[in-house]
Amino acid sequence: MDRRNFLKTGLLAGASLTVPGVYGNYFTKSSKAMTANYDLIAIKNGEPEVMFDKGIEQLGGMKAFVKKNQKVLIKPNIGWDVSPERGGNTNPKLVKRIIEHCYEAGAKEVFVFDHTCDDWRRSYSNSGIEKAVKNAGGKIVSGDTENYYQSVSVKDGKVLTKAKVHELVLDSDVIINVPILKSHSSTRLTVAMKNMMGVVWDRGYWHRSDLHQCIADYGTFSKKPTLNVVDAYYVMKQNGPRGVSIDDVALMKSQIISTDMVASDAAAAKLFGLEPDSILYIKIAGSMGVGKKDLSTLNIKRIIL
Amino acid sequence: MNNSLLRKIRIVVSLIFFITTTFLLIDIYGTLSPSISNKIIFLQFVPSVLKFITIFSVTAVGFLIILVVTVLFGRVYCSTICPLGVFQDVVNWISGKIKRRNKRRFDFLREQKLLRNVLLAIPIVVFLFGSTLAINLLDPYSIYGRFSGNFFRPILVRANNLTAFIFESFKLYMVYPYSLKVFNLIPFIITVLFFVLVATMAWKKGRLYCNTVCPVGTLLGYISKISLFKIIINQEECLSCDICANECKSSCIDCDNKTIDMSRCVVCFNCIPSCPTEGITYSISYGKKILKDNTSAEQKRIDISKREFLSKTTLYFLSLSTLAAQVQKKIIVTKPSTKPIFRKSAVSPPGSTGVEKFNGKCTACHLCVSSCPTQVLQPSFLEYGFLGILQPRMDNTTGFCNFECKICGDVCPTGAILPSELEKKKLTQIGKAKFVKDNCVVQTQKTDCGACSEHCPTKAVHMIPFEGTLVIPEVRDDYCIGCGACEYACPTKPYKAIYVEGSRWHQVAKKNVELKKQEAVNTKEDFPF
Repeated sequence: MDRRNFLKTGLLAGASLTVPGVYGNYFTKSSKAMTANYDLIAIKNGEPEVMFDKGIEQLGGMKAFVKKNQKVLIKPNIGWDVSPERGGNTNPKLVKRIIEHCYEAGAKEVFVFDHTCDDWRRSYSNSGIEKAVKNAGGKIVSGDTENYYQSVSVKDGKVLTKAKVHELVLDSDVIINVPILKSHSSTRLTVAMKNMMGVVWDRGYWHRSDLHQCIADYGTFSKKPTLNVVDAYYVMKQNGPRGVSIDDVALMKSQIISTDMVASDAAAAKLFGLEPDSILYIKIAGSMGVGKKDLSTLNIKRIIL
Repeated sequence: MNNSLLRKIRIVVSLIFFITTTFLLIDIYGTLSPSISNKIIFLQFVPSVLKFITIFSVTAVGFLIILVVTVLFGRVYCSTICPLGVFQDVVNWISGKIKRRNKRRFDFLREQKLLRNVLLAIPIVVFLFGSTLAINLLDPYSIYGRFSGNFFRPILVRANNLTAFIFESFKLYMVYPYSLKVFNLIPFIITVLFFVLVATMAWKKGRLYCNTVCPVGTLLGYISKISLFKIIINQEECLSCDICANECKSSCIDCDNKTIDMSRCVVCFNCIPSCPTEGITYSISYGKKILKDNTSAEQKRIDISKREFLSKTTLYFLSLSTLAAQVQKKIIVTKPSTKPIFRKSAVSPPGSTGVEKFNGKCTACHLCVSSCPTQVLQPSFLEYGFLGILQPRMDNTTGFCNFECKICGDVCPTGAILPSELEKKKLTQIGKAKFVKDNCVVQTQKTDCGACSEHCPTKAVHMIPFEGTLVIPEVRDDYCIGCGACEYACPTKPYKAIYVEGSRWHQVAKKNVELKKQEAVNTKEDFPF
């Protein structure tokens, strides 16, 4: 309890000192509306970092999302103790490039973490992400102990009404969700919305209480990702989300960038070869108004390098 | 050589061994690689003997070196290398600091010869019957390993977490908190009992534990009786003033008779600088006259009762073990719910080649427990049966065996868990997953779950079509390695819907051959949207 109070006071104190920090999201959104005409950017045939450079440019650069002195959280998928080419975790090159863009835009601090499935130290290290983050000057943080997680309520959730989320989610001005597109034995596919499952502590609750509904429910949580960058460079087509061998991976060299999680998921599903509506959580999230799943209504910029 | 220098060297060397060994046993950061840890533990006597018996290799000759050192210099092992020995010195040093006024600290004590021999014979006999139970309870290194794991490691964890919390309140994420995921009450209590025994004896009587209970002490004591170098009292110089005896933490100096019981002397060199006449030296013993005590007549009489005692103890232990085997079958692994799970056999770590073999080799030093990054290795109570008490088992409710990890085999000092190639370890089937459909979310709630299959590194647990668009897990035994990821991830409460049944003998799993190679996509093609 002491700790929670301490954190709350800390947050308040921080808020009073740095008003732009707290209202950063608000300003971000208004400025974004001015610069970005596209709902979704799809890029192909390049290296992860190059595709991101090209894509973010179309949205007005990272400065459209990250303001000076803001705290940024980057949430890649670092779930597994596997190397990058196995496609189990987000590509470290992409993570590194995003951090660099954040700092160029004037970010004060950039944090990276995931609540891993395999041992966190090994996953951080063998995914190559720990090194990439450090090289880019970001801070990699553990998501492995419960005391990092704070209780929040998910007001619009149908099944998931409460969750414990990592304090960095609450503390950060900007959240950049960087999932990797993969097949998934439970949900068929994991992309942006599913990746946010890695910021909560008790995932077991989601699994035993209608997984698809919980994923969609969490999408309604007030602290949404400001930007979603879907890594579809190495794509695990089968045996996901962990993968058994390199044979599971197809080289797709693609990327999707959008502020809309549902749109990202829908486009990624198409890229993967599945209809968005065949993924139950995309369907539910679309109907709950989390985002737009109908790609035909979106303004999409397609780039083939 | 300056005689007080010897004592200083002994203290420095013992602290080096003590600190490094302790650090290894409590390390929550995985700082030291197995190759370094192997070097640190190399000289530990009992682990080395067991490893030598198992793998018969130069990497396990540490005990031979100790034997040679003992033949030359006496029980150097006990005073410098053995962590439990040095631990007792530390305890006694603290007690000395506290009751400083009382200067007369030690006195000569008679040797408890029968007790010593019995406690040396029991572990050997029990081991010959195929169990390390008695070794596991009496090996000083392993006892100290459990002290470290149960008491010192949690202290390090608390200190670490306090630091992490302070840093975190300044929004600095440099030190990460660590959580000990589970507390094993019974193994803890057993360790507390040992701790109280050893610490009390050390507090009051110095090395009394080493010289009455410890089988390694007794064994090396026999050798040190004939060692080349000995602590020798110069008969002419000695005033029988008792000062050295008061300094002797082994209580083995008999000043009245001017003799030293070398079987109990741990060559700590405390007596040498204390002698007012410089009448005690550490020098080559052969060719010098040393007074011996004459107890041989009585000794023979005792021998008969000794033999009787031995046979009875063996019988006692054997009967206990059969009893335990019956108890084991009734253990309920998880808490009550719709369909309880009964695990027939606990799961032993990969590299142990099977439960039975593991039980006969492990001394429960818990080095693997502290090295295991996922904390899946936990001390057991009766999961293996009575003979396997305190030995680590795979506790899949706490964690699961990381597919890419084989550190337990790399660090194990006794050869109970053998090191293996990673590719071999990945196919070592330590158990098999059993699916309990009636507990499964997909069956009971008709919603998707698949957490088990998600975590499965070999996809032995895969999802097959169920009602409507639902998919439900299915286990393919051949591919299962028993890592327990499925069991750990299974969200059902209180019973799991999938669990691992341990293999008495580890098998080799088949490689998943149903894979089809995914080809690279034409990235010049238009987007599908």
